[in-house]
Amino acid sequence: MIRDILKNKMALSGLLIITMLILVALLAPVLAPHDPYEQLLEKALMAPCWDYPFGTDEYGRCVLSRIIFGTQTALFIGLSVTVVSAFVGVGIGLTAGFYGGRFDEFLMRIVDVFLAFPGLILALVVAGLLGPGLPNVIFALALVGWMGYARVVRGAVLAEKEKEFVETARSLGASDGYIIFLHLLPNIISPVIVMASIGIGQAILGAAALSFLGIGVQPPTAMWGLMLSYGKDYLQSAPYLTIFPGVIIMVTVLAFNFLGDGLRDVCDPRYGKVIEE
Amino acid sequence: MYRYIGKRLCLLLIVILGVTVLTFTLMHAAPGDMAEMIAISRYGAENLTTAEVEAIRLSEGLDSPVMVQYFHWLTHMISGDFGNSLITGEPVLEEILIRLPATLKLSFAALLVSLVIAIPAGVIAASKQHSLMDYLTMSSALIGTSVPNFWLGLLLILLFSVTLGWFPVFGYGGLRYMVLPALTLGAGLAGITTRLTRSSMLEVLNQDYVTTARSKGLSERRIIFKHALKNAFIPIITVIGIQLGHLLGGTVIVESIFAWPGIGKLLVDSIYARDFATVQACALLFAIIFVLINLIVDVLYLFLNPKISYQKE
Repeated sequence: MIRDILKNKMALSGLLIITMLILVALLAPVLAPHDPYEQLLEKALMAPCWDYPFGTDEYGRCVLSRIIFGTQTALFIGLSVTVVSAFVGVGIGLTAGFYGGRFDEFLMRIVDVFLAFPGLILALVVAGLLGPGLPNVIFALALVGWMGYARVVRGAVLAEKEKEFVETARSLGASDGYIIFLHLLPNIISPVIVMASIGIGQAILGAAALSFLGIGVQPPTAMWGLMLSYGKDYLQSAPYLTIFPGVIIMVTVLAFNFLGDGLRDVCDPRYGKVIEE
Repeated sequence: MYRYIGKRLCLLLIVILGVTVLTFTLMHAAPGDMAEMIAISRYGAENLTTAEVEAIRLSEGLDSPVMVQYFHWLTHMISGDFGNSLITGEPVLEEILIRLPATLKLSFAALLVSLVIAIPAGVIAASKQHSLMDYLTMSSALIGTSVPNFWLGLLLILLFSVTLGWFPVFGYGGLRYMVLPALTLGAGLAGITTRLTRSSMLEVLNQDYVTTARSKGLSERRIIFKHALKNAFIPIITVIGIQLGHLLGGTVIVESIFAWPGIGKLLVDSIYARDFATVQACALLFAIIFVLINLIVDVLYLFLNPKISYQKE
């Protein structure tokens, strides 16, 4: 399995970039050339130079250092949103698929209701109403991220639970919980991992979009979306404030997409062939 | 087929009802006293008396049980009364109807932009599979799908407005104002549609009837346009329909960047101003339009795909 992942070019390049991002996040205090929060007004809006490779912002803070520290914020949001939404989604999908009937019908209608809001609208409204703060953003993004897991897991459970090994386990007197956790969960975990990988990237993108709109995480937190939001006022005089944070957002999202797509090819070789054609 | 549509309509009603419950719950779970906020919007924050707040609580029915409030709100909405803006005091529905055309214009322009780019690009990439052209097209498509639209918008402004001076930085007016927002919104969709056009063209080009057409000596151009493209369109239309909804979601960001006076910008501005009545109505409208589009696409798919309708009859 791991060898397959390393052989897949897409998964490997995604994995390499993600490893680098994690290292940057962990080593941020060592790597950053300056304090990301220190305001030196006499050095405001300096173009990229030897001392400040990505220039300085309107408060004279080092853009490169803020991008480096922003990695921590981004990965933290991406991971926590994904963990919460995967937990909720998998839980709902498992119970809906396993118990079926009206219960299943009811849960799936709830999924439909949450899916009725296009894109970020629901997250935007929730984060906006709750007010500023990192936990609110995570809650809002998790609220719009769990439905995919629920649907996929439910579908997989519906297929798995008809198989013989489940019936055997049941005839041997296994409890519902035992069957769900020991027999069903391991068989549905691979699509969940694929979705989670892409989900981390999407959560980072969503958080960036929210803070770009000025909703959610507030300054002076080092966050890529916020940097863009403030940088856009200096588009003409200091375009580097817009260019660099955007590049890092895109690279990060791409890396998680690559990993996810690559993992899908490895988990489901049939799918990969269709795409390769 | 009609039974299927009927069933879908019933489900649609249930989902929309659920959406109203969800938005209502969200508004009521939000921190802050609704009566006080309405009072501030009417009389200003300075010399606000408790009596005024309580009067509003009574007149707006905010003291009754939540269930009663919900049904009150729902019945008003069904009769077309979405409440008044907490800021301007004007009916919310009027404001939304004034702004709806701007959002629709932008969405359709973005759809058009993406189709004009994606269909030819996908067809060319498929007909010259594994060529440099194919490689370049697919790479640009990948970039198109993964570039954050808020960033793309800024980059386009930087290039075409600030540096080249071709288009206005932001605003609403003639066609010149529409180009950059439509391009920003359409880029992601163009990327997805290009990839899909290519893969579904490739699938069709491998079919037996294409081989037959080739062996008859038909020109490649005739095969692609007359035989292949027509059949490749079915999956493309489905995906475009699904993406149309996401286009709607993207208007929020794009309208904010370009100060485009549509519903997306109204929603964001109302969130800033904590104008709950408007936020509620906008969110609901987005959801209703989105589920309606999904339904239309599904039904359309049924009509377009001869295999499905053949089995049903």
